[in-house]
Amino acid sequence: MSALTIRNLTKTYANGVQALKGIDLEVQQGDFFALLGPNGAGKSTTIGVISSLVSKSEGEVSIFGHSLDAERSIAKKKIGVVPQEFNFNQFEKVFDIVVTQAGFYGIPAPLARERAEKYLRQLGLWDKRDMQSRTLSGGMKRRLMIARALVHEPDLLILDEPTAGVDIELRRSMWDFLTRINQEGKTIILTTHYLEEAESLCRNIAIIDHGTIVENTSMRALLEKLQVETFILDLARPVETVPALDGFDVILKDSQTLEVAVPKTQSLNTLFVALAEQNFEVMSMRNKANRLEELFVRLVEKNLAGEASA
Amino acid sequence: MSPREQWVAFLTIVTKEIRRFTRIWPQTLLPPAITMSLYFVIFGNLIGSRVGEMGGFDYMQYIVPGLIMMSVIQNSYGNVVSSFFSTKFQHSIEEMLVSPMPSWIILTGFVVGGMVRGMLVGVIVSLLSLFFTHLSMQHVFVTVVVVVLTAALFAIGGFINAILAKKFDDISIVPTFVLTPLTYLGGVFYSIDMLPEFWRTVSLANPIVYMVNAFRYGVLGVSDVNVYASLATIAGFVAVFFVIALWMLQRGTGIRH
Repeated sequence: MSALTIRNLTKTYANGVQALKGIDLEVQQGDFFALLGPNGAGKSTTIGVISSLVSKSEGEVSIFGHSLDAERSIAKKKIGVVPQEFNFNQFEKVFDIVVTQAGFYGIPAPLARERAEKYLRQLGLWDKRDMQSRTLSGGMKRRLMIARALVHEPDLLILDEPTAGVDIELRRSMWDFLTRINQEGKTIILTTHYLEEAESLCRNIAIIDHGTIVENTSMRALLEKLQVETFILDLARPVETVPALDGFDVILKDSQTLEVAVPKTQSLNTLFVALAEQNFEVMSMRNKANRLEELFVRLVEKNLAGEASA
Repeated sequence: MSPREQWVAFLTIVTKEIRRFTRIWPQTLLPPAITMSLYFVIFGNLIGSRVGEMGGFDYMQYIVPGLIMMSVIQNSYGNVVSSFFSTKFQHSIEEMLVSPMPSWIILTGFVVGGMVRGMLVGVIVSLLSLFFTHLSMQHVFVTVVVVVLTAALFAIGGFINAILAKKFDDISIVPTFVLTPLTYLGGVFYSIDMLPEFWRTVSLANPIVYMVNAFRYGVLGVSDVNVYASLATIAGFVAVFFVIALWMLQRGTGIRH
């Protein structure tokens, strides 16, 4: 079943900026879906329309088959939104924020308190429940927004850059949490600038740029499109000349570091055999950028070039 | 949402509003109590003793209903305009917009929250006035209805002001330049029958004259205007303002892109 269906969605702001140019998107139930794009591409506008914070110009949005226009109440109950910016009352207590949000969904107070405790405990905020939200750290505020978005137990959770500004330890614990609730059946749509995050968490992906979807496929299929992967090789000894490697683009970054672009048609074995023959000893190796990042940059650049020539 | 869920959502907003203004009681409940006590001391006791009778009552008795009404008006308006604007300013309005709550519940919740503060301050000021004069209630029904309608009207007014406001300055313009002059010229401190014909006629265009007089009728049994026509007029304004506020909220004026 489709968790989210978007058909021909357009949005033109009052200042004339066309943020969405008729996008179509489908996210299946149970999916962990990444919506990526550069700043100003239309990600937040799309999420704004889905969560009713932005009025669409044209098009249709359905949540689990319920139209946001015709069956607004049913559709909205199925969505939980974690926005990019902190949007809770800074003077309210953590517990009150979550309980009040449940009340907005018509959940009676005893059940709301029970659920607030459940999610605040799961997100490690239970001992902060009586603190004013403004006194929380940035990471805690993000987790508070996740607890708030889950309190009415939506089937679809939308997170707009949930790990922005969060330290790596906390980010990984949030990844674990999101993976767990996805495995328990919740459909998740994520926007992020950390492409490593999207690559490791998400099964399907759409890339949006200049208000249009430029790619919409599975993560595996997308990564298979990567024609060239760039590696950084750390050498055992300093060298002065670049090794002669047929079929590979090589740059000597410094006396002990090589940057090698490996085409998909070439194997790494060939590279290492050629290096060993020329007496280059490799101590370690890593990707220059993560694979999705390389693809993302290429797709966005291609789209930009296409727009410029049009 | 089912009617029961809507009721829970409505109570949630009202409770949240009450929690807000009681949490900051030194800013919301204490100042009107102090200001009105000063009015009672200065205008009632010190100056009032020289003014003598007005409308068949001593001056202190005459101004108390107007001052209570003034408190209700200012606090109903002030509560909603500041609460809803700060909800907009902090973007916490989004918590409500993403929920399935219909717009009329959001509006009614804020309005009732404002009415509760207005009427609570009205009760506080009424109790304080008992230290200065004897107060009885001649027409309970009229008194209650006019307070409820007036509180509702100004709470809705505050909501519209907050929707249109873009910065904090915008929420103080109407109270300073519209509400205060209209209240002071609305027959709180004098009977409009004392005015020359021209100014009396001009005063009749001031809606607050009808509210103050209807309330004074409820408490003292005297009024410069027809009380039941006043109640009908206020109820009409409540209905019109409610529809305007609801239309703006549904349209997303000032809150949705």
